Amino acid sequence: MELTRRDAAAALAAIGATGGVALGVRRTTGGADSGAGGPDPSSDGAALSDEAVREAMTAVARVVYPEAVSGVDAFVGGFLDGRLDGSAHAAGVRAAAAEVESAARSWYDSPVTDLSPAERDGLLRELGADVADENPDGTTAERVRFFVVNELLLALYASPTGGELVGIENPQGYAGGAESYRRGPP
Amino acid sequence: MSGAESVGNERSDGGDAGRDVNRTPVPDADVCVVGAGPAGALVADRLAADHEVVVLDAGPRFDPADRLARQERAIRPFYGRPDVWGGGGARDAYENAGDRSYPLNHARVKGVGGSTLHWQGMVMRLHEDDFNSGTARGVGPDWPIDYADLRPYYAESERELGVAGASDNPYAPPREEPHPMPAFEPSYSDSLFAEACEELGIDMHSVPNARNSEPYDDRSPCVGYGTCQPVCPSGAKYDATVHVERAEEQGATVIDRAPVERLEHDSDDRVTGAVYATPDGERHRQAADAFVVAAGGVETPRLLLLSASDRYPDGLANGSGHVGEFFMDHLFAGAGGTLDEPTRQNHVGFYTSACDQFYDEADETQAPFKLEFFNYAGPSPVEMALTGDDWGDSLLERLRDGYGTHVAMGGLVEQAPDADSRITLADDRTDDRGNPVPRIEWTVGDRALDTIERANEVQVAILEELGADVEWVAGPDATGPAYHHMGTTRMSDDPERGVVDADCRTHDLDNCWIASSSVFPTSGAMNPTLTIAALALRVADDVDARLSETN
Repeated sequence: MELTRRDAAAALAAIGATGGVALGVRRTTGGADSGAGGPDPSSDGAALSDEAVREAMTAVARVVYPEAVSGVDAFVGGFLDGRLDGSAHAAGVRAAAAEVESAARSWYDSPVTDLSPAERDGLLRELGADVADENPDGTTAERVRFFVVNELLLALYASPTGGELVGIENPQGYAGGAESYRRGPP
Repeated sequence: MSGAESVGNERSDGGDAGRDVNRTPVPDADVCVVGAGPAGALVADRLAADHEVVVLDAGPRFDPADRLARQERAIRPFYGRPDVWGGGGARDAYENAGDRSYPLNHARVKGVGGSTLHWQGMVMRLHEDDFNSGTARGVGPDWPIDYADLRPYYAESERELGVAGASDNPYAPPREEPHPMPAFEPSYSDSLFAEACEELGIDMHSVPNARNSEPYDDRSPCVGYGTCQPVCPSGAKYDATVHVERAEEQGATVIDRAPVERLEHDSDDRVTGAVYATPDGERHRQAADAFVVAAGGVETPRLLLLSASDRYPDGLANGSGHVGEFFMDHLFAGAGGTLDEPTRQNHVGFYTSACDQFYDEADETQAPFKLEFFNYAGPSPVEMALTGDDWGDSLLERLRDGYGTHVAMGGLVEQAPDADSRITLADDRTDDRGNPVPRIEWTVGDRALDTIERANEVQVAILEELGADVEWVAGPDATGPAYHHMGTTRMSDDPERGVVDADCRTHDLDNCWIASSSVFPTSGAMNPTLTIAALALRVADDVDARLSETN
């Protein structure tokens, strides 16, 4: 089942993006981001460009998303176009992605994007993101769970395609109209 | 601003977001309203055109642009229910002292809009016998007003809030006109329930929603976000910011983050001022000719008790000694399970069918109760996805296993008034400003508990007829409150038996009204907000009439 830009837009509509930031118009290419929305250098990881954040998040998405979905690159990219704004949340995403990247380089001597799917899965579990409860102010594991793993899962399962995977085309958080609840199963 | 944690903590941060906010008292105010929830907002809106009105609210003015971030808080497991609207902490501290714990900060929102910001938006009229519970059922006092007294105000409230409903409920009290909007159509799962109910001779009917089924009052129709409770990002669900904004457009002044700490009075039994705090640590005094306390069923009695004086040593308006007593809520009764077929749940966050068939069977031993057919039984997949130690294909498999075949019913049961169920002031615990916090002693009697069992019997019978594998029953041991605070400043013609009179004006103070479910002498089993709204409009008319007489 293919994730589309519509799904990314739906996920953003569900959980918010800075007003005025349209999908696909805020992609920063190369170089460390600057200003209030930049990465948090206090984290364990080195600062990442927004492009590197996207690549790391996409690499993680390929592990935490089911194999049944395609179009992950465009979906995650579109979603992050709206999410990586100047908010505290965006700073948290950048910092947590940098921590994942830093762990990949330290433990696997490789950027997360170059790890095999099994290695990426192992990396996330070694970080503790599988058993951690999400917490934006918590340990590395809890922040990776909040800003990386759950960020991506929230985007997927609040989108119509993600919902359809489970059997609900209008999942909670998605403004899918007030008609679907009346329809019987397909 | 995106992200759940991008929403500030309204309790402790500056919170004015660059706004230049003037929180000084309004000169020459005619009316001071305490509380910007639905009651206060409706009173202010109705009076603002002809009077100088000021509204003081303890909580903040929420930025509508933050609603998606609040929705994210509602979905993400890190955030508890009070976090969605910034509740809890020292500002909202309370203590429980009864035999049942009451989760007060799950049950209210402090701020402009009040608890309608997180409510589900169900708006039924009380039944005729609810106003005559003592005579008709032998339980509690009769109200000093009848259904007929409120009937035109109910109709007006339905227009004000915007209610989607139909006249297909044979058990509803008489009404004179259709609802302002057509009812939401029944859900797919309603159609499954309908077959079982027909077999059992149980009637289903539509249910009135304060939620737009079509564009209304310049607000969107429902777009199906599915998070009605605790936040509607689209504005299709009514909340009291509608009337706050309307009141402000007519000239009313609304001051947020201005908790009223006490009401002052003169020697002529008139309230003269509301003393309130502001975030800069200052205290101010708002004078007015009339005061309307609309702070809900807990903070209203607390404010009266905090306002004790030499003349009123037991608290303001407490000549009867009943301020804080008879604290009631509706009790939840429910049951649910799974079918061996899809049930299409969690597309929307409200229900579309109900059963009031058993409501008026009530007597001395059985309380009135109503039944609800849920459209949100079982887990929401997106919420499930954010917990657990799996991802990828194994997570999807878990979601598919967990979602899709649930069914559930809910119901509300009346709690009889009991003086020992009450709100008082804590002896040795204070809030962030040093004022004693509310102490809650919530007691539920056998009549309500027995009625929960009766409701469960009907629910389980329907579910079994439906072929469900019944997996849970919320009975007397598992019941909880529906977050409807009622009864703590009861209405009575007799100053010895009540705090306010039939006009919701306090017996002891000539220029002080209470607009709240706190005035309910008995609670019925219908969600209270439409009755709160009707009473608020009636209060506004009385305030207007008396101010006109004075002038």
